[in-house]
Amino acid sequence: MGAAPAITARGLRKSFGALQVLRGIDLEVPAGSVLALLGRNGAGKTTMVRILTTLLRPDAGMAAVAGFDVVSQTHAVRRAISLTGQSAAVDGLQTGEETLFMMGRLWGLSRRQARLRASGLLERFDLADAGRRRVGTYSGGMRRRLDLAASLVAEPAVIFLDEPTTGLDLPSRQTMWAAIAGLAGRGVTVFLTTQSLEEADRLADQVAIIDGGIVAVQGTPGELKTRVGTERLRISFTDRAAYDRALTLLAAHQPVADQAHLRVEVETDGTAAATRALLDAVDPAASLIANFDLRRPTLDDVFFAYTTEPAGSDSSLQR
Amino acid sequence: MTTRTVLPAAQVRPSSARRDTVTLVGRGFRLARRNVDALYTGLALPVILMVLFVEIFGGAVHFGVTYVDYVVPGVLILSAGFVSAQTAVTVNQDMTGGMIDRLKSMDVSGAAVLCGHVVTNMLRNLASLVVALAVSFALGFRPHASPLDWAAALGIILLFIFAFSWLAACVGLVTRSPEGAGNVVFAMIFLPYPSSAFVPIATLPAWIRGFAGHQPITPVVDTFRGLLLHTPTGHSPLVASVWCAGLLAASIALAAALFRRRAA
Repeated sequence: MGAAPAITARGLRKSFGALQVLRGIDLEVPAGSVLALLGRNGAGKTTMVRILTTLLRPDAGMAAVAGFDVVSQTHAVRRAISLTGQSAAVDGLQTGEETLFMMGRLWGLSRRQARLRASGLLERFDLADAGRRRVGTYSGGMRRRLDLAASLVAEPAVIFLDEPTTGLDLPSRQTMWAAIAGLAGRGVTVFLTTQSLEEADRLADQVAIIDGGIVAVQGTPGELKTRVGTERLRISFTDRAAYDRALTLLAAHQPVADQAHLRVEVETDGTAAATRALLDAVDPAASLIANFDLRRPTLDDVFFAYTTEPAGSDSSLQR
Repeated sequence: MTTRTVLPAAQVRPSSARRDTVTLVGRGFRLARRNVDALYTGLALPVILMVLFVEIFGGAVHFGVTYVDYVVPGVLILSAGFVSAQTAVTVNQDMTGGMIDRLKSMDVSGAAVLCGHVVTNMLRNLASLVVALAVSFALGFRPHASPLDWAAALGIILLFIFAFSWLAACVGLVTRSPEGAGNVVFAMIFLPYPSSAFVPIATLPAWIRGFAGHQPITPVVDTFRGLLLHTPTGHSPLVASVWCAGLLAASIALAAALFRRRAA
């Protein structure tokens, strides 16, 4: 199978009035992989999804999905994709079975095929017992699973999921993750937006972070984590004076400060020697440090390193 | 190579707006049947309105005809207005919820989506029309008409409802919330009062007679009465047809434009 990308974007721009949401997005998603698009609220994640799913025209730039241009070949794109948006596109007054049957018919399946497909999908998404119940009686997690199932009646090659687990409790979230991981295992290309770094870390082959209307960074979760350092040393101080002094002493190490907890965090290579040297530097008399820990960088660190805060938010709440 | 199973292209028929409309009418019909509010509006309200006008107001109205014979078309149109408000609400729900994105990304055409809502509304209205007419017979409505007259009379009423359904769809497309959509249509439901629907125009205050004589509901109800009760109709059938056809064409064009603007 060729390595043709399932999704390509070049210089995508989109403004809403005076608000420039996308200022030149470049992105490539290899076929059969999972890309997680991260960004703060309002960073343009949904706008990106709407452009790639032909629901919105970009102001400039080009994008292709499954080899078709999203502006000039909308019908071909739509036949190759599915979209599961933020608000579940299911009717509370229809049953799960009716919902999937309807979607199958709209896709062009015969009645028999649509019925078979509906029961297969209910089985696969653990909804078989609830298939004859109205969707209005479903839990939030079941609704999302049904919504995802509804997007799969056509066996699309590229699937777009806009914040698929927002608002779900942990068990429902894990069930969704298993379902999404299952899709990836079948060779489907998945483009998902999320607020959850844990979700991106678990599911994504590639993570792209958008900030200020461009892709600030893209890579595998592992690559991105090593970009922000190998290990993080976090030191908590007993009093404010020691904390302030440590911040000054560690200025060259680009410390991340948490004044509320009198805590300072710096990057280190994780060796005992380097760690000891840093601890001795800020606390030569071994009396000022309350405790310390070493941790591996997470996607959270990457996220905060590559996104800028919107104006007006309180920076002390960052960590 | 991947292991996923794809249906052979031959098994999937090309998309068809007609088939999609039928599928979406099926959906609309299921939703309408299970929506208690809509059922009440569709089936109980016509009964209440018919009894209200004939029995409660009718006793006080005297202008030379049996009031039940006079008022039936007015009540049919009034209840059609209430029933059709549901169309504005359901269209708006689809536009403001996630449904329209899903349908568009599946390449279902806007025409199929809107036709689905409008045809559903026609089915709902047919059911209410049958109920309302049955009640009117029980209350003494006795037209002397041939089957052809009946067909023409119901035809003009249904044509009006069809045009109004598209107008209600426009309201659903232009409003920001389902509640807002319902409220706008409810405001439009006052239109039958300043017309010949409930009392002759000659009995209305002078300042409103001009409006009442030149709005679409007057020729539609006058045509209905003329056909079923053989009262003189003058140019009413022609005027009513032109009004309905014009309203229909304008509403469809407007709905198409609004849909393109909202879900480009």
